[in-house]
Amino acid sequence: MDITKSTPRKLLVPGLLLLILIALATLPLYGPLIGVQVYRLFLPTVCFMYIALAVSWAMFSGSTGYMSLAPAAFLGVGMYTMALLREVLPLGVIIIAAGLLSFLIALLVGLVTLRLKGIYFAIFTFGLVVLIGQLVLYYEIHVNAIRGRDIAPTSPENGYYIMLGIAVATLLTAYFIRRSRLGLAMQSIGGNEEAAAHMGINTTMVKVITFAISAIFMGAAGATLAARIVFVDPTMAFNLNYSFMPVLMAIFGGLGQLYGPVIGAPIFALLQYWLSANFARYYSLIFGIILIIAIVYMPGGLAGLLPKLRNRLEGVITKLWKGGKAEQRANT
Amino acid sequence: MIEQIPQILISGLLSGGILALIALGMNIQYGVGKVFNIAHGEFIMLGAFITYVLYTGAYGISPIITLAVSGPILFLLGFVLYRTLFTSLRTRAPTPAVFEGNSLLAAFGLIFVIQNIALLIWGGRTRLYLWLNSPVYFGGMVFRANRLVALGLAVAICVAFYIFMKRSRLGKAFRAAAQDPAAAGLMGINITLVLALCFGFGAMLAGFAGSLVSMYSSISEVMGLNFAIGAIVVMVLGGLGSIPGSFIGGFITGILGSLVSFYAAPLLAPAYYGLFLILLLVRPQGLLGKR
Repeated sequence: MDITKSTPRKLLVPGLLLLILIALATLPLYGPLIGVQVYRLFLPTVCFMYIALAVSWAMFSGSTGYMSLAPAAFLGVGMYTMALLREVLPLGVIIIAAGLLSFLIALLVGLVTLRLKGIYFAIFTFGLVVLIGQLVLYYEIHVNAIRGRDIAPTSPENGYYIMLGIAVATLLTAYFIRRSRLGLAMQSIGGNEEAAAHMGINTTMVKVITFAISAIFMGAAGATLAARIVFVDPTMAFNLNYSFMPVLMAIFGGLGQLYGPVIGAPIFALLQYWLSANFARYYSLIFGIILIIAIVYMPGGLAGLLPKLRNRLEGVITKLWKGGKAEQRANT
Repeated sequence: MIEQIPQILISGLLSGGILALIALGMNIQYGVGKVFNIAHGEFIMLGAFITYVLYTGAYGISPIITLAVSGPILFLLGFVLYRTLFTSLRTRAPTPAVFEGNSLLAAFGLIFVIQNIALLIWGGRTRLYLWLNSPVYFGGMVFRANRLVALGLAVAICVAFYIFMKRSRLGKAFRAAAQDPAAAGLMGINITLVLALCFGFGAMLAGFAGSLVSMYSSISEVMGLNFAIGAIVVMVLGGLGSIPGSFIGGFITGILGSLVSFYAAPLLAPAYYGLFLILLLVRPQGLLGKR
């Protein structure tokens, strides 16, 4: 029974994912028919950005338990890389450069900070966002005498496809890291770092490497976002909301599963958009309450709710099935 | 240049006192309640608006007397928040580290909620009232009277709180709960009540600080986060969990800040945060903290 069932099931997941991917890749073609064109593909692009941010955040912080509040720093670095190089280099090269720059910064930051434990690491990454933002602000105002920078835009379709590509690349990387020795090492660090070190895991190296890899996608996403929003200034690029949102999205979706952040991010982004469009006055009140409820009542996130829901459904179905059988027997 | 140094130092002390009070409140919330309360600034904002409303309202109550209103209201708010929200987070969390992370995020959610409610009530205008705005001359230096009153009250509150923590039974219970909540619970301390009381006291200090801030500067619904960031710097400088550390750290940060604004050297703001990060790396336990 189980064997015959498991083969189609094994094919089911990748097949379904492929279908979703095809549907998303062709969205610009049929989008106008279902009304997506209204926002010039901006909303789905932002959703992909948040998927990339949430998944890459969970890649490092979700498994090791080190809470990083640095996403805004890398996103901002990516945005400024785009702003500075847009006229000089082709788009793709800048995005890769932004990823590499974020990688290097994360490598440096990781090497000096990852001996900080618990809340100190969170405070440091929080401070890092403020520091880089202040440095850029200083440089722009006092050296270049400008407040912000205009960026030559890329087409909505371009931005959409690049962001989709970044999101998919993030997901694939997260998937393979999870399955590799690196992923196992990180999980044992999250479980008990001292025990992991005693088992021969080079904990510092594992943490630094993953922290740096996760920063690549944040930087690349930032560069792409900058090419879509056409203007950056330091307060906007290094906004702490960009640090907290991916964290909350990942937790809302569920850190236990790879797909948790993937479903959490777009739901959150769409919710935020819908609330701010329809309840402008009460938007952050409702949003804050939802945040708090999610943190208190959904420790496993949406992904944690799904198995529970399935168990309950299966329970109901078997009950009905048995009940039906009993009835049949009674009739005959 | 030289003759201006006393003036700079004293104006640093003036802002340092308030910073110390703010950091003190945030520090006991973290040190005892284990909530890294990034929404502390919103409590300050509420305290400031309570004073504003009472002073500019029909009875024109003196801002000093409004401390007796803003403190208890914020205490109640903090107590209820900890007793409901943070207690349920604490009992659900598998490890203390998870609770610290989750409570930081829940506090971030609180910022949205409190700010939005304040905006709905007061409408998002920057506000200012003038009170004791007369100059005071002292040894060739000029200060505004309201700042001196605010500093005096801030220091008095800090000292009173320090004595309370050292001498009273409740203060002892707070310190016991900070060291080891489980053991403190076994010693007969009602831990849920004590932690909630402690968070309430932290919020009360924020309410006092808000009332004091409103005496000499303009206030708005979005003023909170900057105070919270300032308090984080002070806390790390003085040491997480150390009350005297926060007190001294507040004055050091205040003096540094007034040097920065006096010389108006633009690179000093990044340098300030850079130093903060270096300090965090070299001595994460702060000047007076214990590991």
